Amino acid sequence: MFGRGRKIAPYLFISPFFVGYAIFFLYPVIQSLQLSFYRQVGLGKAPRFIGFDNYIRLVSKDDLFIKSLTNTTYYALGSILIIVPLALILALILHSPKLRFREFFRFLYFTPNITAGVVVGIIFNLVFEEQYGLINNLLLAPLGVDNVRWLREARWIMPAIIILGAWKWTGINAIYFMVGLQNIPPELKEAARVDGATRPQVFRHVTLPLLRPILAFVLTIAIIGSYNLFAEPTILVGLEGGPNNAGMTMTMYLYTRGFRELKMGYASAIGYSLAVIILVLSLVQLILIRAFRED
Amino acid sequence: MRLSLAPPSDSAERKSLYKRLVEATILYAILFFFALLVGIPFLYMLTGSFKTNGQLFSWPVNLLAPEPTLNNYERLLSGEEIPYLQQMGNSVIIAVSQSALTLLFASMVGWGFAKYEFRGKTFLTIFLLFTFAIPFQVTLVPLFQMIVRLGLLDSFLGVILPSSVSAFGAFFMRQAMVSIPGELLDAGRIDGASEWGLFWRIGIPLSRGALSILCVLVFLAAWNDYLWPLIVLRTPEKFTYPVGLATLKGLYKVEYGMILGGAFIATLPIVLIFVAGRNQILDNLTIGAVKQ
Repeated sequence: MFGRGRKIAPYLFISPFFVGYAIFFLYPVIQSLQLSFYRQVGLGKAPRFIGFDNYIRLVSKDDLFIKSLTNTTYYALGSILIIVPLALILALILHSPKLRFREFFRFLYFTPNITAGVVVGIIFNLVFEEQYGLINNLLLAPLGVDNVRWLREARWIMPAIIILGAWKWTGINAIYFMVGLQNIPPELKEAARVDGATRPQVFRHVTLPLLRPILAFVLTIAIIGSYNLFAEPTILVGLEGGPNNAGMTMTMYLYTRGFRELKMGYASAIGYSLAVIILVLSLVQLILIRAFRED
Repeated sequence: MRLSLAPPSDSAERKSLYKRLVEATILYAILFFFALLVGIPFLYMLTGSFKTNGQLFSWPVNLLAPEPTLNNYERLLSGEEIPYLQQMGNSVIIAVSQSALTLLFASMVGWGFAKYEFRGKTFLTIFLLFTFAIPFQVTLVPLFQMIVRLGLLDSFLGVILPSSVSAFGAFFMRQAMVSIPGELLDAGRIDGASEWGLFWRIGIPLSRGALSILCVLVFLAAWNDYLWPLIVLRTPEKFTYPVGLATLKGLYKVEYGMILGGAFIATLPIVLIFVAGRNQILDNLTIGAVKQ
């Protein structure tokens, strides 16, 4: 098949991938940008050029879009603030020498991450059940806290989804941090100890700065994951996001407009807004992490 | 945080042994507490699948199933509400095909990038890196229109094809294959091997480890995916299991034990695969992302 040509061979090797990439990724990316400047409702209807109208409407007139944007950002911030410190603590403990059952704990913490989003949503319907749920009965009742109406009251829906997110993502992030800790040469910490640094000081001035690349990776993945959130909230509170749309994420909103109402142009504009937000947030995060380098 | 419990030699050492014991107890208590937080919802899913609706929604909450019933599984697998066995079969077909296709494309393009110099290589690498950052949501609407135009709506191919070209897979395989020594290939060429033969007989066998990790990651993503199959598939006989489970939850009379049973038997194979290959997988999760 690849006979003689060492010159042609590389092109033959890379072409199946790039042909597929062009058809199923690049073309849709360009097509979507074009479509976002058109009005097209339904399949087979003729699209009509409307310039920036879709984008203008999104930002100025569409309360539900702003709502889904706020919800998703709430989730991103809330889950990162819980997951990152927890994962770091677990990683530090799991990293300690002579720990027994390390593999067991590591694997157990990881299992929520390989469970399908739909399955997680199904399980957490029972976790957050108002009268018979696990959290209200097993965690809050012993502390004397009254039943929380997790999925029935708008203000509790996002906290519920954040708890679900923490359950699903903390373990794998702990594993990422463990990789980072393993890559720190032990001599560095020992040298600092010999120089009289206390353990908190070593953590603050040696370990933490050296974890920065992993932290950047963890935050990027968390930001992308937040804006991809779809299956879990959909199963937990429905596509509308529950009372007052409190659980509607941006991807759920895109799905509703694009595939329920078949507003193709409008959904494309939502997709591009999402892309811009993810890109900007990832860049801001990278710049912030760099800024803290010399502190 | 050290847990080393070296034998004490004098009183000062004994004091620090006490301190270490307290520290170790606290650390294990934290680990155990989190293990419960992670494990109890899974346990509740398993035991709940052996309960009737009445037992599931009763007070006080019981994590075990004192009077287990197989009724949920019997009704789920008999297909009286949804053809669940068939839907799980559909998931298997889709996840296996998607893994095979992704692995083929990714290892070929990875090989091309790792082992050859050619015009446009740098450009293509940078181009791929930049487009890699574009989120998939952007492509959903045009992809859907394309699937409709190609007549692939409500077909497995419509689910499989768009997901089979993975830029991540391409980078991943390039990283794995770049360290295969060039002398090995030159020796093969002298022996008269074709370029395809070098790829198939040297490249693939020497990157088995990376291929198996990529295979697990792709299979897992395909097995658990909900959004794209939900968009493409339209009839219950074609659904994958997550789409099927979601419809079961939307039924007029929600049979929760049945849903939990379905969730459990779809999750078990995945957990078993990971138990079998846990160390290799967990140790290599960050390949390509963290190691340069």
